Amino acid sequence: MAFGWLSGAAGDIAHGAATTILLIVVTTLAGTVLSILGAAGRRNGPVLLKRAIASYVEVMRNTPFLVQLFFIFFGLPSLGVRLDPVLAAMLAMTLNMAAYTIEIVGAGLDAVPGGQTEAALALGLRPRQVFIKIVLPQALKVIYPALTSQIVIMMLESAVVSQIAVRELTYEADMLQARTFRSFETYFVVTLVYLAMSMGLRRLLVTGGRRALGAGVT
Amino acid sequence: MIEFTLWDIVRNLLLAARWTVLLSLAAFVGGGIVGMVVLFFRIAKNKWSRRFASGYIALFQGTPLLMQLFLMFFGLPMLGLRIEPWTAAVLGLTFFASAYLAEIWRSGVDALPRGQWDAGASLGLHYLQELRLIILPQAFSITRAPTVGFLVQLIKSTALTSIIGFEELVRTSNAINNATFEPFKVYGLVALIFFVMCFPLTQYARALEQRAAAH
Repeated sequence: MAFGWLSGAAGDIAHGAATTILLIVVTTLAGTVLSILGAAGRRNGPVLLKRAIASYVEVMRNTPFLVQLFFIFFGLPSLGVRLDPVLAAMLAMTLNMAAYTIEIVGAGLDAVPGGQTEAALALGLRPRQVFIKIVLPQALKVIYPALTSQIVIMMLESAVVSQIAVRELTYEADMLQARTFRSFETYFVVTLVYLAMSMGLRRLLVTGGRRALGAGVT
Repeated sequence: MIEFTLWDIVRNLLLAARWTVLLSLAAFVGGGIVGMVVLFFRIAKNKWSRRFASGYIALFQGTPLLMQLFLMFFGLPMLGLRIEPWTAAVLGLTFFASAYLAEIWRSGVDALPRGQWDAGASLGLHYLQELRLIILPQAFSITRAPTVGFLVQLIKSTALTSIIGFEELVRTSNAINNATFEPFKVYGLVALIFFVMCFPLTQYARALEQRAAAH
């Protein structure tokens, strides 16, 4: 084993890690918003919408992310939608994550007692205010740990988007090992970077959640 | 250019799907066996043994499966073993599965009341007998739903072995797509085949969960 190449590669690894972080930040924000809309639609929407959301969740949860990614990146252009790799990766990651978090958010909404809605309505709040100000914050507090796990899982899964030439951490690793002929050492170092990132991300989310949503979040 | 009919595509995909099924089964069985060993370490009385198992699980759950597969594929030849994509795929997925299964079953062991161990001890059973006759059967029984759920995840994860060159469903579909230039159809069919494999298991896991909740 030899790690002499590492000093010249630090910049590439850092650049790749930054792209991975960008991907997961965008996915987390877009995926959370989408899953709140999806979960609300699944509870209160018209029957057709409910069914559409339920099927969407089943299809995404029962097919591999890699296939979804290829379908979006290679398949959509034949319908006239051409996406650059980064956008395709963000879209695929968001759509995949939403399928899991719709279920999680839905469970959180179910966990808020009905009396909360009744009380808020009795106080004269409009239905939308009731959802945004009363029900949603309580639901998010309940599901926050599950949401955190899902975000970390998605970050690890994002390694796959290297396959459509998004220049994130795994892609940089592929390039490095082709240059240095030190495949094992390269992937070993990059695996450690991923490990540090997933532990750091988890800690950050737990601390941030505790501050934003109040105590009780572990 | 050779013309591919829909049937040609479907037939080739289905033939490749056999490898996906075989790989999933091999990794599930292998992961179950290694997972049992990890479980023994994870619930042992020795503190260092428990720490070692926790570290093992955290390592596999905290790194991308794709990296684990690369390390297998490029690492084993350094140990002097000649490695083929199939070996790297089975070994990589086996270790990956062992960490998840050990953690799932550990939650089952933890969920059992302390009295089960005490009752076993008072009947004169020694540690291994307690595990074999009392603890593990109950732990497996209450974690059946997440175990089946993980099998679905494992089947989907086999798609990644296409990247290290194992000829399964996704790798075959890439080749077919390169010949037919019909990505929408080809990847749509691949998704459909995966769905047909995974959806019944998902439903089964859900039924098990509901049965458990009803008790």
